[in-house]
Formats: sequence, C-alpha cells, structure tokens
Amino acid sequence: MRRALAALLVLFLLAPTAASAACPKTSLADVEDEVMCPVCGVPLGLATEAPQAQRERAFIQREAEACKSKQQIKNELVAQFGDRVLALPPDKGFNLAVYLVPAAIVLAGIAAITTVALRRRGGARSPPPVTPALPGDDAARLNEDLERYDL
Amino acid sequence: MVSPLPLAVGLAVVAVVALLVYGVSSSGPSRTLDGQVARGEKPPAPALELTSLHDGAKRSLRDYKGKVVLVNVWASWCGPCREESPLLQRWHERMQPKGGTVLGVDTLDIKGDALGFIKKYKLTYPQLNDREGTSIRKLGTAQYPESFVVDRKGRITALQRGPVDDNWMREHVLPLLGPS
Repeated sequence: MRRALAALLVLFLLAPTAASAACPKTSLADVEDEVMCPVCGVPLGLATEAPQAQRERAFIQREAEACKSKQQIKNELVAQFGDRVLALPPDKGFNLAVYLVPAAIVLAGIAAITTVALRRRGGARSPPPVTPALPGDDAARLNEDLERYDL
Repeated sequence: MVSPLPLAVGLAVVAVVALLVYGVSSSGPSRTLDGQVARGEKPPAPALELTSLHDGAKRSLRDYKGKVVLVNVWASWCGPCREESPLLQRWHERMQPKGGTVLGVDTLDIKGDALGFIKKYKLTYPQLNDREGTSIRKLGTAQYPESFVVDRKGRITALQRGPVDDNWMREHVLPLLGPS
C-alpha cells in the first residue's frame, strides 16, 4: 500500500514536467513576426488594431495553448489563409523576384565595382605615351632653345 | 560607341522600376466592373472558382446559372458583415421560392470563426470560400462586405461596395425575381 502511494506521488510530481516537455513553448510573439495580416498587407506584429489581425492573434494563441510548435501554427495559418500569410513568400512565380532581384542587384554592383577597379589599375600600369620623334631641324632648334633657358 | 557598364546599369534600373510598377499595379483592385455597371452595361460575371465552406468541395458561380444570385463577399471579423447578415437571410428566404439565392463568399477568414458566424446568425444560404481572396479579385473586391447581383443569364446587373440595405435590395434584386 505504501509503495503504491509512493508511486502515485512520484507520478503526480512528474506529470507536469513530462507534459511541459512534450508541449513546445510557442508564444504569440514568436509567430507574429513571421506571418502577415493578409487583409492589412503588413506583418501581423505591426497590425495592432485591425479586426482580422486580432482574430489571427486569437487563433495563434489558441494553437499555442494546444501545444502546437511554431512551424505547426504557421502550417495551420497557411491552411486557413494560403501562402500569402507567410511574411517570407514562397520561392515560386512572381514571388521569386523577392529573392532574385536583391541578389541580382548585389551581383551587378560587384561586377561594376570590379570592372571599374580593373580599368583603373590597368590605366596606372600602362606605359607613358610615346612622343613622336621631331624632324632633324626641329630637334636641333628645340635643343638650342632649351639650352638658352638652362639656368 | 556606348560603354557596356553604364548601359548595363541603365538596363538594371529600368528593370527594377518596371518590376516595381508591375508589382504595384497588379496588387490594386480593378474597378472595371463599376464603370461598366454604372454605364448600364451588364458584364458577364467572372467564373469564380471557389470551394464549399462546409466540405471544401469545388464550386463555381456557374453552378448557379439560371438563378438570380446575390453574391455577398464577407468575413467573420468584419463588423458591417454582422449587421448585414440578418437582412441577407430574410432576402434569401424571399428569393428562394422565386428561383433566387443569396450566395455567401467567405474570404481571408479562419474557417472555425466563419462557421461560428453562420451558426450564430442562423444563415441558411449557400456559403463558399475564397481562402486567399484571389478569385474575388476578379470582382475588384477590396473591402467587406461587397455584394453583386447576377441575373439569370449570368450577368452582373448591380454591385455595392459596402453593406446593402433593404432599399438597395428592393431596387436591384426584386425586379429580377419577376412578378410576386
């Protein structure tokens, strides 16, 4: 009898720990940064007063209280509202531009800087321009003039 | 000869601007229908491909051809939709014996909330769902509620961006139902 009571006591003490270990601690703040308010067109964290945002928050809260992980809640939101609810859009169709355009701009910038740098370096290394030789009379006259001004 | 670097930079700038213009113009609501209806035209209703709110089965506005349909776009979080619902239910009961129906299109909503709304306001008219609000964009929908009257030939004869009232229904729906 004593053993049974002790076992029950142990179970009673361990039960909340086991439950909390199985229940991921997902908060509203964790999720609302990564999802949109589809009607407002802004991230949920920024949509404070919109009625749809309030419903969405209540939904997230309920899901979190039902021990859902962040990813599970996001999947549920996609099931309710579609991909538009995700703050980072999926990499397909026109949305692909969200990822490609910044990358293309960065690559174009690097290419432009590299091209300009290479041109400048090439310009510094190039030999001085060759002056064409003067005809015999002109060369002699130039030398005379230079000697005259030689102090 | 034009240097390739400025040309490439120029093209990149033009491409980015074009992308931004496309993004902005494609996200705005179309108001083509409003102009057509205001001129007295009866444009064909777009083929809205939707799902049943209750069982997720595919449904289309074409399924209701031959009936007078009041398409009502709503969401459970929308305050004016709550106020409008009892009126729509009354009109559905009035339209049904004369070959008409109110057709609810719930959008951008949590399904549980939408079903709770239907139960709370005892709505018996058919309810479809446009989860992402993409299909109703063909109607230029940008606010909630919005209503569209579709005649028996599948043409839009009137629309209201905002809640309808009894006078509006009398003016735009009643004549299509035939003699009482």
